[in-house]
Amino acid sequence: MTAESQPSAAALDGQLLGRLDRRRPGLLVGSLASGALALVFIYCWGYQIANGIGVTGINRPVFWGFYIINFVFWIGISHAGTLISAILRVTKAEWRRPVTRSAEAITLFALAIGGLFPLIHLGRVAIFYYMIPYPNSRMLWPNFRSPLVWDIAAITTYIIGSALYLFLPLIPDAAVMRDRAAAGLKKRFYAVLALGWRGTAQQWHSLEWGIRILAVVIIPVAVSVHTIVSWDFAMTQTPGWKSTIFGPYFVVGAIFSGIAVLMIAMALLRRGLALERFLTDRVFNNLGLLFVTMSLVWGYFTFAEHLTVWYSGDLFEKNVHHVLLHGDFAVPFWTMVVVNLVIPVAVLSFPRGRRPLPTALVGCGVLVGMWLERFLIVVPALSTPRLAYSIGDYMPSWVELGIMIGAVGVFACLYFTFTQLLPIVSVWEMREGWRHAGSGGESGQPSEAAPTSAAASPVPGGGAA
Amino acid sequence: MTRWGMAIDLDRCTGCEACVVACAAENNIQTVGEEQAREGRAMHWLRIERYYEGEFPNVRTRFMPVLCQQCGAAPCEPVCPVYATYRNPEGLNAMVYSRCIGTRFCANNCPYTVRVFNWFDAEFPAPLDSQLNPDVSVRPGGVMEKCTFCVQRIQAGKDEAAQEDREVADGDIRTACQQSCPTKAITFGDLEDPDSGVSKWAESPRAFSLLGDLDTRPGVVYLSGSEWREPAE
Repeated sequence: MTAESQPSAAALDGQLLGRLDRRRPGLLVGSLASGALALVFIYCWGYQIANGIGVTGINRPVFWGFYIINFVFWIGISHAGTLISAILRVTKAEWRRPVTRSAEAITLFALAIGGLFPLIHLGRVAIFYYMIPYPNSRMLWPNFRSPLVWDIAAITTYIIGSALYLFLPLIPDAAVMRDRAAAGLKKRFYAVLALGWRGTAQQWHSLEWGIRILAVVIIPVAVSVHTIVSWDFAMTQTPGWKSTIFGPYFVVGAIFSGIAVLMIAMALLRRGLALERFLTDRVFNNLGLLFVTMSLVWGYFTFAEHLTVWYSGDLFEKNVHHVLLHGDFAVPFWTMVVVNLVIPVAVLSFPRGRRPLPTALVGCGVLVGMWLERFLIVVPALSTPRLAYSIGDYMPSWVELGIMIGAVGVFACLYFTFTQLLPIVSVWEMREGWRHAGSGGESGQPSEAAPTSAAASPVPGGGAA
Repeated sequence: MTRWGMAIDLDRCTGCEACVVACAAENNIQTVGEEQAREGRAMHWLRIERYYEGEFPNVRTRFMPVLCQQCGAAPCEPVCPVYATYRNPEGLNAMVYSRCIGTRFCANNCPYTVRVFNWFDAEFPAPLDSQLNPDVSVRPGGVMEKCTFCVQRIQAGKDEAAQEDREVADGDIRTACQQSCPTKAITFGDLEDPDSGVSKWAESPRAFSLLGDLDTRPGVVYLSGSEWREPAE
């Protein structure tokens, strides 16, 4: 049984990398469809730049709209990867191996898109660099008191950290790709990525230390990023925004939506790459428990926020609170409560609910719910200003909708391209996991995994190279 | 030192909106048109808020001219990432249009919702272009703006006094809204000068600050004799 569960390194490489060499029509269709959506994104943004920010639905008093909502949403999604994969690496969870690469890629691409939204949102995007401290003839600094400048610092740090964190574990795999590729452009591409990797003991030692240090450092960075995003709201004196709870509330919400994406990605990976051996039912069970815990923590924060506002009796805060719970925004509000709290608790409380399909479906609901949450933070507070004369409303224009949907296309396009160029599952980490499973205790995981691995070996494309 | 301030006597205000028109003409404020105005994009730096009291037919209308309060502790200033809005030495919340990148963060953090945004490039089709005030820049699209206390008039007043080699006297500088008010409900001047008209008005027992609880220390003082102070919903 053990021998069966321990294929040779070459066989494993073939199994995982062989899929890269084949043409996959599904991926191609996906790339084309997402590429078309990406064009919508580019067209809408270009249209807005040419005609002015007024082509959106924002107005006075709702000065911030879909762009800021999507900014917070995508930054939240980015917590799927780096934060969760770093926590899994630090705690040495074995089942992280097939997940980390795809999660880290999600982070980098979600961040790239999330980071674009504040720029799309600007009235004069051409001079966005005024926010960056760069040497200039007028000796002007940006305003370091502004949470937006903190945002730039935090997100830039996070993007650089996430890119490194995705790239480091990619080096040995890029070297494998380089060695397999025929001479030509492709080989040169992988050779650049592999940075001259030879697989010496010294190189492995440096790589492992690099990853270990990054994994620890990236956790506080990830926490700070979403805290600072929350401070874009909480540092103001706007009723409905000024709240001390926003920092942790946003971090919890980000991890919650991050796990939702991870659950969906894991269910897809398990099915698409036949990874039942690693992504066992027990993994889904445990992650499902974590998921329902985050749902409850999120529910607790939401309750605490609204109870304190309601109890205070503050007139202006109560106006915002009223439109949320009973007024114009009641339908999205209670939808959010159902998909973020009621359904996850109802489904994930039972072992049968913590299987791949139900958790992925719950994850889809949570994504909708967390988007609604950001909508409900941005719009009701702004449309209900202190001076009742200025009360307003907000309806997004087709440009905003086009950019929002197009952004999903850009994300998918980047993700498909990445999947086609590089192994979406970390090959050397899988190989290491195989070795651990073989040399470790014979009880538990190996014996449990053996039957599924037998099922996994005749994967189509295995050894096709 | 100077601290420019304004006092508005609500008991004198008839809600005629002459000040709104004068402000638009003086400051080259773009006219956005019916459709944009319906979307909440009217650009007036000064608006007359109307609040109704009582049940029909015994209805009383309250008028409240609301403009930038030129706060001493302005919530709009610290949130701007590029220092496009800052506090100048004479107590004005100045706007540097060329520096503004249009994050609109300042407008979100303004408790009085008095900041307005250029959603599109301004258009002044002929013959409107020939009535533009040459002392005031026309703002490009994507830029925030708001009441400046007619800073160009302040500057002109100071220049004139300097040429005549004297100090600026109280009443030398009149804002466009003040000048056009038929009931003289608005007065403008230096709040640091205890003898100025605006200081005297500000000492009135009828004086109050709009949303005074927030301690934004406005440079605009309102006067009202009745118990009504702030519009509450």
